[in-house]
Amino acid sequence: MDYVLNLWVNLATDLYQVFGGWGLPGWAAKLIIDFIIILILVILGVMAVIVLTPMERKVIARMQDRPGPNRAWPYGLSQAFADAIKMLTKEMILPRHADRLIYTAAPILIVIPALMIYAVLPFGPQAADAELQLGVTNLNVGVLYFVALGSISSIAVLMAGWGSNNKFALLGAFRVVNQLLAYEVPMILSLLAVVVLTGTMATQRIVEAQSIPYLIVMPIAALTFLASAMAELNRSPFDLLEAESELVAGYQVEYGGMKFAMFYIAEYVNILSTSILFSALFLGGYKFFGLEEVAPVLTPFIVLGKAVLVFFFMLWTRGTFPRIRLDQLVGFAWKFLVPLNLVSLMLVALVAKLSVSTWAQAGLLLLGNLIIVAVTFLILGLVERRAKSARPAVQRDPLQRMPVLTGGSGSEAKNLTSAAER
Amino acid sequence: MTIQHVVFIILSAIALIGALGVVLDRRLFRSALFLVLSFVGVAGFYILLEVELLAMIQLLIYVGAIAILIIFAIMLSRQAMIADDKVLNEQWAAGWLAAVALFAALVYVLVQVNWPVVEAAAPANGIQRLGETLMNPDGFVLPFEIASVLLLVALVGAVIIAREK
Repeated sequence: MDYVLNLWVNLATDLYQVFGGWGLPGWAAKLIIDFIIILILVILGVMAVIVLTPMERKVIARMQDRPGPNRAWPYGLSQAFADAIKMLTKEMILPRHADRLIYTAAPILIVIPALMIYAVLPFGPQAADAELQLGVTNLNVGVLYFVALGSISSIAVLMAGWGSNNKFALLGAFRVVNQLLAYEVPMILSLLAVVVLTGTMATQRIVEAQSIPYLIVMPIAALTFLASAMAELNRSPFDLLEAESELVAGYQVEYGGMKFAMFYIAEYVNILSTSILFSALFLGGYKFFGLEEVAPVLTPFIVLGKAVLVFFFMLWTRGTFPRIRLDQLVGFAWKFLVPLNLVSLMLVALVAKLSVSTWAQAGLLLLGNLIIVAVTFLILGLVERRAKSARPAVQRDPLQRMPVLTGGSGSEAKNLTSAAER
Repeated sequence: MTIQHVVFIILSAIALIGALGVVLDRRLFRSALFLVLSFVGVAGFYILLEVELLAMIQLLIYVGAIAILIIFAIMLSRQAMIADDKVLNEQWAAGWLAAVALFAALVYVLVQVNWPVVEAAAPANGIQRLGETLMNPDGFVLPFEIASVLLLVALVGAVIIAREK
């Protein structure tokens, strides 16, 4: 029983001894075990496509009050396998005048950083023998590593957009990079709040330092990270870069068959890793009411369960919000999230320096966060009221211009009035 | 020859191939991508030297910001789809001269300077020490803050220049 409760560490230790018995030196045995762990993580990442796509299609379908895929047996759950086989049997095509090297390298280059992120995700507590822990490495700069790898994938997107020799692909790539750059700033600021509070960038130690999930302690940072992560993952409502109705499919338009599947895989690999990172940074990672100490064997499943919850939240927002416009998207990042997070970061830096107990610290942070949110809503309300009073009366002369309908959102009306001023 | 030597040679090859590609490829966009390759090779050197922080910063700033800025500038200022740039222009002689002079100067410095060698292993908590040194009143807090203010001024200036009206 004791063996089973601590299965992963015991398995690794036994393997290590078995390899030692074969006369392998210690570093070689460790290398083999590391390779096994890497293999498991890579397969986990790629399997995310097969598990998460049916979930996404089913959940979205239920939210939209339709059955969703229900032909591929059972309950349409094997739809992903059917799609995979279809992708594999398709012809490899190269668009005319496309840059062959760049066109082919882009789908490969987008998957590599996506899979590399799994190296820093914490799946369990640190083992007594530090070399044999779950998760490949306890990199000192884990959080920074996540952000840095994200910047490589934007290069891959640009390569895909340019290499396809298609103006829609290029426009899509521009949109993606615009979005990635805009949302990198609030994402780093929200991560910085966590780093300042815990004093470390290693994801493993951030989980250890979390006695209360940071989602409760710092809701601003947590929700900002989630929003910017969704923007970086091109999830709805930030999915305008592959807006089917405008850009066909953005930078992927010229890709087909397995090359398209690589983009698809990278997307879901990134979704899973970001969900796991969110659960590690803001939901307590592998911790679950002390269960991780009783049965460390369960820790990877706790992490994955939390990640699936985060993914469900993403689907929920996808089913709820309409796609936002490009200028709203960029404005939301620069004019709302960045100032908000700068203020929240100042609060965190201040409270982290106070020498009070963890609970008092958490309470102060939560209080401060709530005050910041309240003040933000107050300011937003004032701005809205001022915009309303500055708005001229609706034009009723049909000969002067097209009818101006100011029923819905305020921003649309504002645009129209500013057009009238010009 | 240890494993470090092998890794060093591979990384050097990556960085040098990238650098050569920047100069020799006729398509400007590909040159920019070769520049990224070169940056990645340099990041590899930092990992080999056990300064992960610098490696990640290298990726984040050079690949994630500077290379993308260069690619954007290329795409917005030229016809990105047409690829017919000459490798050499009429200033090639001056270019050679400058390159050879710089190379000679670098080799001279490399040979002349008595490089200090530390036998001890790299400290484990390098990031903490870097942060403490940057924020220490006896350390580099003044230059650090001045650099931050300068960057902020540049940022505000860029916004004002770019604004309409």
